[in-house]
Amino acid sequence: MEAAKPDGAETRLRSLFMAATHGEAGAYRQFLTELGDRLRAYFRRRLVRLPDAVEDLVQETLLAVHNQRHSYDPTAPITPWAHAIARYKLVDHLRRHGRGDALNDPLDEACEVFAAVDTEAAEARRDVGKLLAVLPDRQRLPIIHVKVEGRSVADTAQITGMSESAVKVAIHRGLKALAARLRGER
Amino acid sequence: MRTDAFIALLATGEHAFPPNETRRRLAVALGVGLLAALAASVSLLGLSASLARDAQLPLFWAKVSLPLLLVMTGFLATLRLSRPGARLAPLPLAMAAPVAFIWGLAGQQILTAEAGQRLLLVLGNTWLVCPWIIALLSLPALCALLWAMKGLAPTRLRLAGGAAGLLAGAIGALAYTLHCPELAAPFIGTWYVLGMLIPATVGALLGPRLLAW
Repeated sequence: MEAAKPDGAETRLRSLFMAATHGEAGAYRQFLTELGDRLRAYFRRRLVRLPDAVEDLVQETLLAVHNQRHSYDPTAPITPWAHAIARYKLVDHLRRHGRGDALNDPLDEACEVFAAVDTEAAEARRDVGKLLAVLPDRQRLPIIHVKVEGRSVADTAQITGMSESAVKVAIHRGLKALAARLRGER
Repeated sequence: MRTDAFIALLATGEHAFPPNETRRRLAVALGVGLLAALAASVSLLGLSASLARDAQLPLFWAKVSLPLLLVMTGFLATLRLSRPGARLAPLPLAMAAPVAFIWGLAGQQILTAEAGQRLLLVLGNTWLVCPWIIALLSLPALCALLWAMKGLAPTRLRLAGGAAGLLAGAIGALAYTLHCPELAAPFIGTWYVLGMLIPATVGALLGPRLLAW
């Protein structure tokens, strides 16, 4: 675990995110990677008694950030936004697993939250790939073609016989359904 | 799936995307709810017979300003509560201000009225139906706003549901001013506020169950 300056996190994450909204190649992946490293440090420090849940929560939060990326107000700082999502996912996770007691340090300030990074990803307990495999075909195939195989939306539309906008909607809905499954709703 | 592979999956195929969808979604819900409430008020209840005359009185505009200001501030509160990490202050104060104004006006009217008239100022002729009609008129807005919010990212669910409910209540109350014959501030300060609190309570109760994501 290494420390970084808090404003460093804000400046860095925000510039990557804004570059991604403008379609800059690679910026979004870099944003998610660096956010993931900070989330890992954040959850690890707060879940000292549930270390196995850390990587699950990193992935669940990254998916939530992705699904709700349009909820970020570009005029506001980005770390309080990401922190509120991380904290919501943490509390939600503990509540659903009846482990409110496992929360270490419930009071935290957004400014110092993402100060630390932790790049050592452990294995997640839940396999996102397996959850993806049980989504209905209508959502699964567009996700596989576009997001796993890297095909264009236009190609995917041709392969599946769906319209391009239907492909985009199916991906969006599929990732939301994936988030619901990660929460254990179904 | 390892986290780096998962990140690659999320990032693949993502090109430019518009931030700030939140405002558009909630604005659509607000518009739908307001139109439905106005249409129901005009078509089912009908315009107040004294509307044209009342509209020339400052008291009528004091009555309209309460829900109107609450629609505006309530929309901002709903917007902020749909966005993770957004600060709410100073909106609670801005929402309390129009209520405080009506209550101040009500206090003054009650104090200057003759003793025998005071109860009439509070109850008017329609106190029994007023809060329920406001709650009913707010129902389409409540459904539309909670539906819109469900696709957004509220992190304080009870508060978010309550704010959506209060906004829906203000929409219902605003639509009801077209039909309502009452003008006394003590009436407005009691029954309008109560009517708006019904959907706000429903929203706060449903929030944690409906809005979790």
